Amino acid sequence: MTTTETTAAATGASALVKLAGVAKYYGNIRALQDVSLEVSAGEITCVLGDNGAGKSTLIKIIAGLHRHDAGTFEIEGEETVLANPRAALDHGIATVYQDLAVVPLMPVWRNFFLGSEPTKGRGPLRRLDVDLMRRTTRDELLRMGIDLRDVDQPIGTLSGGERQCVAIARAVHFGAKVLVLDEPTAALGVKQSGVVLKYVAAARDAGLGVVLITHNPHHAYLVGDRFVLLKRGTMAGSHTRDSITLDELTRQMAGGSELDELSHELERVAESGSGVGVTDATARGAGRTGPAGPADQASRTTAPTRDDTTR
Amino acid sequence: MSAAATAVDERLAPASLVRRLLGRPELGAVVGAVAVFVFFSIVAPTFLQASSLSTILYSASTIGIMAVPVAMLMIGGEFDLSAGVMVTTSALVSSMFSYQMTANVWVGVLVSLLVTLAVGFFNGFMLTRTRLPSFIITLGTFLMLTGLNLGFTKLISGTVSTKSIADMEGFPSARALFASKWEIGSVTLQITVLWWLALVAVATWILLRTRAGNWIFAVGGGADAARAVGVPVVKTRIGLYMGVALCAWISGQHILFSFDVVQSGEGVGNEFLYIIAAVIGGCLMTGGYGSAIGSAVGAFIFGMTSNGIVYAQWNPDWFKFFLGAMLLLATLLNAWVRKRAEASK
Repeated sequence: MTTTETTAAATGASALVKLAGVAKYYGNIRALQDVSLEVSAGEITCVLGDNGAGKSTLIKIIAGLHRHDAGTFEIEGEETVLANPRAALDHGIATVYQDLAVVPLMPVWRNFFLGSEPTKGRGPLRRLDVDLMRRTTRDELLRMGIDLRDVDQPIGTLSGGERQCVAIARAVHFGAKVLVLDEPTAALGVKQSGVVLKYVAAARDAGLGVVLITHNPHHAYLVGDRFVLLKRGTMAGSHTRDSITLDELTRQMAGGSELDELSHELERVAESGSGVGVTDATARGAGRTGPAGPADQASRTTAPTRDDTTR
Repeated sequence: MSAAATAVDERLAPASLVRRLLGRPELGAVVGAVAVFVFFSIVAPTFLQASSLSTILYSASTIGIMAVPVAMLMIGGEFDLSAGVMVTTSALVSSMFSYQMTANVWVGVLVSLLVTLAVGFFNGFMLTRTRLPSFIITLGTFLMLTGLNLGFTKLISGTVSTKSIADMEGFPSARALFASKWEIGSVTLQITVLWWLALVAVATWILLRTRAGNWIFAVGGGADAARAVGVPVVKTRIGLYMGVALCAWISGQHILFSFDVVQSGEGVGNEFLYIIAAVIGGCLMTGGYGSAIGSAVGAFIFGMTSNGIVYAQWNPDWFKFFLGAMLLLATLLNAWVRKRAEASK
């Protein structure tokens, strides 16, 4: 608790988004209590926590889906209560959800502009500026380093990593100041996770403040500047990058002594397995980076017939 | 559509016309339509006469006018079971208001428009407010409208049908708009065919080239995602139900001005014909996929089947069976072709 207060005091003025002592109740269930967090431009704040730690609730408050019940929520120094997701977007807070907020059956370019479609013409002739939409989608994705074969393919036919990148590129294009990412690497293989983290870093370098929600301390430590640890709805710790090591972060996230116990148990397993552990791990890693993870496969089978040019 | 893409990527094999067609939602319906056409051309010689074709077009148009908004609604992920009786409600309101108020029939026509749109709004509003399945909401509206149609008509006219309004002021001009027909040689062209084609064109424009169209696909394909990116989900849904109401009004006015009197019990069961036409036309029952043109092809299949049975001089007692079997076959063929299309990619 004390660490947060000091860091918040030190950089409070420049923070894009600053939460202090925020709480959220669902009826008599305390989903979140006394959580503080801040993110400044060109900075990545990671929110770490196990399942049920309150990460989703926190993200929903920042994204405007839920209102906080206690504490303060400041956007660029001004205290705010967000009425809905649109209000969050208007304040420059773009959220990329775990399900990515994309419509799988719709082409990439329609998804890219969904909800903010550019039009041309007037009155009854007011229509989508299709050429602009297609061109901008291709260019924006290219700028992020994604070379898409065909922006006309349904977004459901893209891999999980590609979809994640499209969602990030969309947020950047629409002038987001703060990018909130909900477990962007959760369903991805090692290689794809790396690609996504690269785009997260690219967004940071473009001057955005990023809130990265994850349960993977390794991914968090690769890109994060600040780390907020959540545990059972409360804040278990708040650190800057130079005040904590990866090992310590992992330890804290897993709950210190619990992890020690786990590693003991695992060591015993490894000894009895006599060195198979290493090769096993790499094999699994390779399997995950294969051409299509289970998530991709699922989305492919549900993919529509509209697009005939992709395969 | 995709021909407009400026830079062609070398990783894309140039899509042949056939492949491009295979990707369209209407394809299965078109193949089904050709199959039904060939079938009846063989078993019913009179099927191919020009006069038969105009009859088929007319009965296709009466279903097609409603199949267009029902298809759009289905793309938006919802059903409307009240669509059939809503047509009758619209006709009854128009007729009885003019008759009772002894007003110009155009007054009744406009009152009917407002009432019908209000019913559509009610459907959409109830759906978005209660979040109950549209099946339940519109089933309720269906039953209520059925009762109101009969109850009010008996209360006001004393019988189950409305009084004639043919001698009232404004009737000829209203008839010209809603129920004209032209003799071209041996062929009769009904104005409903023009209404139908115009609606298909407008709906296609809306679906593919406007923001609202983008929203309809998004609401049907992923409502949560749509809401999260700022799509007005509630407005889109209510708008879709009001679109169904608008077309029910057009359809109802056609019935009124072509038959002069309206039977209060009509329209029950037609909602399924609209839904069937939309589904045959390639709309996914789960939403997010489909087209207005497909619904037109679906309606055309209905027109061919219902009239083809007559031309084939089969016992009309079996009509419903053949209709059902035809529709099932067409839908199966549709699904099969879509699967093939998917596999060929």
